[in-house]
Amino acid sequence: MARSTTTNSKVIVTIGAWLVGFLIFFPILWIFLMSFHTEGDAIKSPFAMLASPWTTEAYQAVQTQNSYGKFFMNSVVISVGSTVLALIIGIPAAWSMAFVPGKKTKDLLMWMLSTKMMPAVGVLIPMYLGFKVTGLLDTRTGLVAIGTLINLPIVIWMLYTYFKEIPGEILEAARMDGASLTSEIIHVLTPMALPGIASTLLLNVILSWNEAFWSLQLTTSDAAPLTQFIASFSAPEGLFYAKLSAASTMAIAPILIMGWFSQKQLVRGLTFGAVK
Amino acid sequence: MATQHSRIAARFMVAPSVVLLFLWMIVPLVTTIYFSFLDYKLLVPKPSTWAGFDNYYYFLTDRTFLASILHTLAIVLGVLFITVVGGILLALLMNMPFWGQGIVRVLVIAPFFVMPTVSALVWKNMFMNPVNGMFAHIAKGLGLQPFDFLSQAPLLSIIGIVAWQWLPFATLILLTSLQSLDGEQQEAAEMDGASVLSRFFYLTVPHLTRAVTVVILIQTIFLLAVFAEIFVTTSGGPGTATTTISYLVYIQSLVKYDVGAGSAGGIIAVILANIVAFFAMRMIGKNLDA
Amino acid sequence: MNMTLRALLGATALLTLAGLASAETTITVATVNNGDMIRMQGLMDDFYAKNPDIKVEWVTLEENVLRQKVTTDIATKGGQFDVLTIGTYEVPIWGKSGWLVSLNDLPEAWDKADLLPAIAGGLTVDGELYAAPFYGESSMVMYRKDLMEAAGLTMPDAPTWADIDKAAAAMTDKSKEQYGICLRGKAGWGENMAFLTAMSNSFGAKWFDMDWKPQFDQKPWADTLAFYLHLMNDYGPPGASNNGFNENLALTQQGHCGMWIDATVAASFVTGKDSTVADKMGFALAPDNGLGKRGNWLWAWSLAIPAGSAKVDAAKAFVAWATSKEYTELVASKEGWANVPPGTRTSLYANAEYQKVPFAKMTLDSINSADPTHPTVDPVPYVGVQFVAIPEFAGIATEVGQQFSAALAGTTTAADALAAAQELTTTEMTKAGYIK
Repeated sequence: MARSTTTNSKVIVTIGAWLVGFLIFFPILWIFLMSFHTEGDAIKSPFAMLASPWTTEAYQAVQTQNSYGKFFMNSVVISVGSTVLALIIGIPAAWSMAFVPGKKTKDLLMWMLSTKMMPAVGVLIPMYLGFKVTGLLDTRTGLVAIGTLINLPIVIWMLYTYFKEIPGEILEAARMDGASLTSEIIHVLTPMALPGIASTLLLNVILSWNEAFWSLQLTTSDAAPLTQFIASFSAPEGLFYAKLSAASTMAIAPILIMGWFSQKQLVRGLTFGAVK
Repeated sequence: MATQHSRIAARFMVAPSVVLLFLWMIVPLVTTIYFSFLDYKLLVPKPSTWAGFDNYYYFLTDRTFLASILHTLAIVLGVLFITVVGGILLALLMNMPFWGQGIVRVLVIAPFFVMPTVSALVWKNMFMNPVNGMFAHIAKGLGLQPFDFLSQAPLLSIIGIVAWQWLPFATLILLTSLQSLDGEQQEAAEMDGASVLSRFFYLTVPHLTRAVTVVILIQTIFLLAVFAEIFVTTSGGPGTATTTISYLVYIQSLVKYDVGAGSAGGIIAVILANIVAFFAMRMIGKNLDA
Repeated sequence: MNMTLRALLGATALLTLAGLASAETTITVATVNNGDMIRMQGLMDDFYAKNPDIKVEWVTLEENVLRQKVTTDIATKGGQFDVLTIGTYEVPIWGKSGWLVSLNDLPEAWDKADLLPAIAGGLTVDGELYAAPFYGESSMVMYRKDLMEAAGLTMPDAPTWADIDKAAAAMTDKSKEQYGICLRGKAGWGENMAFLTAMSNSFGAKWFDMDWKPQFDQKPWADTLAFYLHLMNDYGPPGASNNGFNENLALTQQGHCGMWIDATVAASFVTGKDSTVADKMGFALAPDNGLGKRGNWLWAWSLAIPAGSAKVDAAKAFVAWATSKEYTELVASKEGWANVPPGTRTSLYANAEYQKVPFAKMTLDSINSADPTHPTVDPVPYVGVQFVAIPEFAGIATEVGQQFSAALAGTTTAADALAAAQELTTTEMTKAGYIK
């Protein structure tokens, strides 16, 4: 009796959850479906579009116009590079803030977050001039540097809140055993903090992957990531929905697949200190 | 508790981050402040001259300045409201046992992976367009007059688009928080005959408070800078109905190429953002102590 | 973790190093993502065969992003590009600022004298040609022959606005989602203001008088806006205040529009393979009001070389190739005459093969009827048909465009929109020092 009610309610919840998931996902599904039609069919009414013949024409057009590989590699290097760099700089900072908190720690954290408040478009010209002088325009190095600085506050924040939940006694014990600071971090702390580090990595890779202002303004060709790939397909003179959909599918797919495989990781570590 | 030794070590470990972020803050800030006092227009090839407070005067007396603050606030608050309420409901749903949790979870977080420009184009043309859009076709199918979203309710439409993109983020954080909810406490309350609703309000809601404040803080930072969605869908209009502070700064900087006015606008935006952030951060700062 | 980190860092470093070495001269060409430019990228073998020591790196972007990047780069002397794709609005301003390399010394065979005078005039400052036109366009009326016939009307080759009004009324059947006329409504200096400024010329309106005083408080502008709002409110599609070129193209291709007044390049799209009304389209000159000016614009996407480029010779070789008669023939031989870049050379329109293209003559007539140096009925102190070639224009017109777009959406009245336009234009022009 009890079992059948749970099964029944599970069926209802399953239907409800799938329905909600489907609705939220629908616009993305639509991009995907549209990418397999001709430009002329893509602007028809939804049912007429679905009924029209499927084709990979849009993908071919996209591939002949721009080589996806180069943009993809740049996106990977920039988003992973800047996140990893931010982690390297941020982990020690977050560690010390979490385990050796001072009076000003909280203020320091807030200040770090507040560096993200500057509207990017307002500082474009100074940044552009700075990049020009230092020769960083259109280099991956330049974008990795910017990405690192953009990510750093969020990285420190996420790690700090995660580290705080690690019980201090364990560290005390390690110290009693005569572990040095470095080995304390490497052998005791890091394994415990790994889920937090992993989800920090994931979230920031996603944020960098989609960062569309600096990556568009400060690159031209050598370091241009997928955001520029997208910008070369949106709003030309003439129809572009199918090609844009194809390009978008190609730009979203890698990060979506990554998200798919790591969603458990992402959910586990994404606490932001929200979990008590 | 901490030794002198570890305190010093801690300083050294925080230092690189602090120095980098300080430079990242101060260098653009100082140059921007400097430019904001210049008469510097990119397209006018004459040496820039000192402008005093002119740029600030023109920006603050711009006919759309006050309205743009309201629009910015409306977008931030509107999106926060939808994502927090929607996120709680979604997280509750995702937290229940059902078949295919993993897949549904990916479906729900997927909008977070879509670049803002693309999602704005898709929503504008494929869904909200009053002739060709999906909503128009549904309305016509039901015998109703299609609604012209971006002309009749431009701000709400943009809030909807942005909320769709940020709902996954809120849901993820709230879900993580829900999963740490003490199951035993829940069961005990259930045994005591507490109703579903009262369990929700007396156990779940207090537990979620911290997660909600985190959602609000992080999202506010990103929402204050919403730009692509406005640019693609309404270009700040009709009229100035969807012109936000960041859109106003964009017009100054990249349409008028008036570096001076754009910089002044940037500085004003920073000040306003920090006022907003001040309250948000106090709130979360208090919550973090607990 | 440590291992992973190291591996990732190593990969980052390696990737940064990759792609450094190359021997030949590489020029970076920034271009807009329109069809004619995309086509050129597929025909580069011909250029490489003729110039084996030059390699071209393409940066293809949508118009708005391209304009931002290119402007930022040239104004800060960033030096990222060797060839820029810019329009008739930028060329005179940038040329005057000394930011562009003069193209007067392109080879004799390139034949500068062959360029259409209206187009070349817009790209020349003080006798120096600062950009080579890649393709030129004007605007014209595209209409549905079948619907006109059903209504018992014929479209004159050179219609008046009254003709347009009558035709729009006759072709509108909102219950069938059939709209008499589709026009741009999305705010922006290159969007609704391009159309409205060109339209206002035929109503005898102007942006500024000889003292640079804004003219939105004068009757011709009130008439222009009132007529535009009448057409769009009574015969236009819903949601028009967010429609730009592409939105109207989609509507027209699906047969929702009786008429569409827009860029001449649209002709090849509405008669192309994706159009459901390809065989039903007719073309006419942009309308007038009998005042001697038509409501059509003039634009040329052109190739220019920034003054900061270190590879001017290679850049010139490329520009000369891309805008030559030979390139036109190359496209014609590979893709047919209908696909050659239109609107730049007299010789193209003298070509018997090209004259068979249905919209060729109307495009040439439209281009020839636009005169950027005398755009309005009354004398004005500026150059430009659908724009005013001063650096301040883009910003001002974008804000004016927002007002007119609001009037179209019905959130403000025409009178309020004009008053606001007058006020903000006066403020900006005073600030910029035109009005003393």
